[in-house]
Amino acid sequence: MPKPQHLDVRSGDILLLVGTMKGAFLIKSDGGRATWTVAGPYFPGRAIYAMAFDNRRDRHRLWAAVNSPFWGSYLSSSDDFGRQWTESETYSVKFPEGTESSLKQIWQIVPGATDQPDTLFCGVEPAALFRSDDAGASWSLVRGLYDHPHRTKWMPGGGGLCLHTILPDRSNAQHIHVAISSGGHYRSDDGGATWQARNVGVRAEFLPPENRFPEFGQCVHKIACHPSQPTRMFLQNHWGLYRSDDRGDSWQDIANGVPSDFGFAMVSDPNRQDTVYIVPLESDEFRCTPEARLRVYRTTNAGASWEALTRGLPQEQAFETVLRDGLTTDAMTPTGIYFGTRSGKVFGSHDAGESWTSIMEALPPVVCVKATRV
Amino acid sequence: MITVLVSGFLTDFTGGARTIELDATPASVQDALTCLWTRHLALRDRVVTERGELRPHIGLFVNGDHIRHLHGLETAMKAGDELTILPAISGG
Repeated sequence: MPKPQHLDVRSGDILLLVGTMKGAFLIKSDGGRATWTVAGPYFPGRAIYAMAFDNRRDRHRLWAAVNSPFWGSYLSSSDDFGRQWTESETYSVKFPEGTESSLKQIWQIVPGATDQPDTLFCGVEPAALFRSDDAGASWSLVRGLYDHPHRTKWMPGGGGLCLHTILPDRSNAQHIHVAISSGGHYRSDDGGATWQARNVGVRAEFLPPENRFPEFGQCVHKIACHPSQPTRMFLQNHWGLYRSDDRGDSWQDIANGVPSDFGFAMVSDPNRQDTVYIVPLESDEFRCTPEARLRVYRTTNAGASWEALTRGLPQEQAFETVLRDGLTTDAMTPTGIYFGTRSGKVFGSHDAGESWTSIMEALPPVVCVKATRV
Repeated sequence: MITVLVSGFLTDFTGGARTIELDATPASVQDALTCLWTRHLALRDRVVTERGELRPHIGLFVNGDHIRHLHGLETAMKAGDELTILPAISGG
């Protein structure tokens, strides 16, 4: 096994957490974001579908969802930027006795609301939500969602029946959104005790015409929201690009001027309300960038229009795929945007997408990119 | 007594040991695993799911025969038997 390289990380550095199908990598730059240093691979051979950085309570804790078809899935953390990772004797994310499920894969890990600094959420396959209120030391199944009568009717998408997106309302811990493929978007208004399907207006292209707008069962690929504007949400669907102005109660089509409304990745700009980035793909049958051009699309007006961001990105013979967690932003000004592709490339922009540079070119297939300022 | 053989990654959780002698004489593979977990608890979650089912890409062999071709976890064991735990050939 390769011995991982390590980073010396300082306060103010920008850190990219990159999960791939063959391990995790950390990529670092100073605040200028011009040059980058890579470290890893951590967990060589394992598929790292999710990573997170928890800096609440003065922590500097990295999280990784470590998945193996042989040995199962577990969460690991590091408090020294990857030099040491935890691997506990027994796995902490498990379906409890009395359920019929067994954990197949961990798809997401997310810190909770600001006023709950020890709360984390974790999304898994088969689709379920787990919660920790002791900073990740122990986890429990969110029964309100697991016991939802819809659950047995959810169907697996191409990647499996997974709960892949968790969107806690940073300003109100009672409000939590999740997205499930293929179950749709669900919202809790009581901290996770009860959940409601909120998919009005979102189409399910793979169902017969008379049932194309079901209550649930849509293959929602990603949802996004600006932290200071929780009523306005955005949704990248398996065919369909949507906005909600009522916290997800209803959705309107905003695929105005994009080459395709199919895609996975979507992220909001933390510095600008109504600004969202996506990477459209041609279709569900050909999940590559349309016209072999690698383009990030940006709206600055909540989806009324979209513009292609291409400067520095390959515009010929670029058959790339960016998956649902492969696109992210930092909180710097101007906003840094980063994405990784299934062909192992990582690109970055330090000017809110106006120009791009290649950061890495030959990683294993990238499934997750997160960014943070240390 | 039976012997359990492990290799590679799993030896990270046995203190490096590849051979584990179990003083008990379990009646079945399931019993042998239960006994093994008391010695090396960390092996449990890596070999079986929380439902106690063998992970899909793990092979168990009794005296060289895959338990898939015997009686699964209910395969009978007797003193002197050898239980081998191996990851399958799969992936890409």
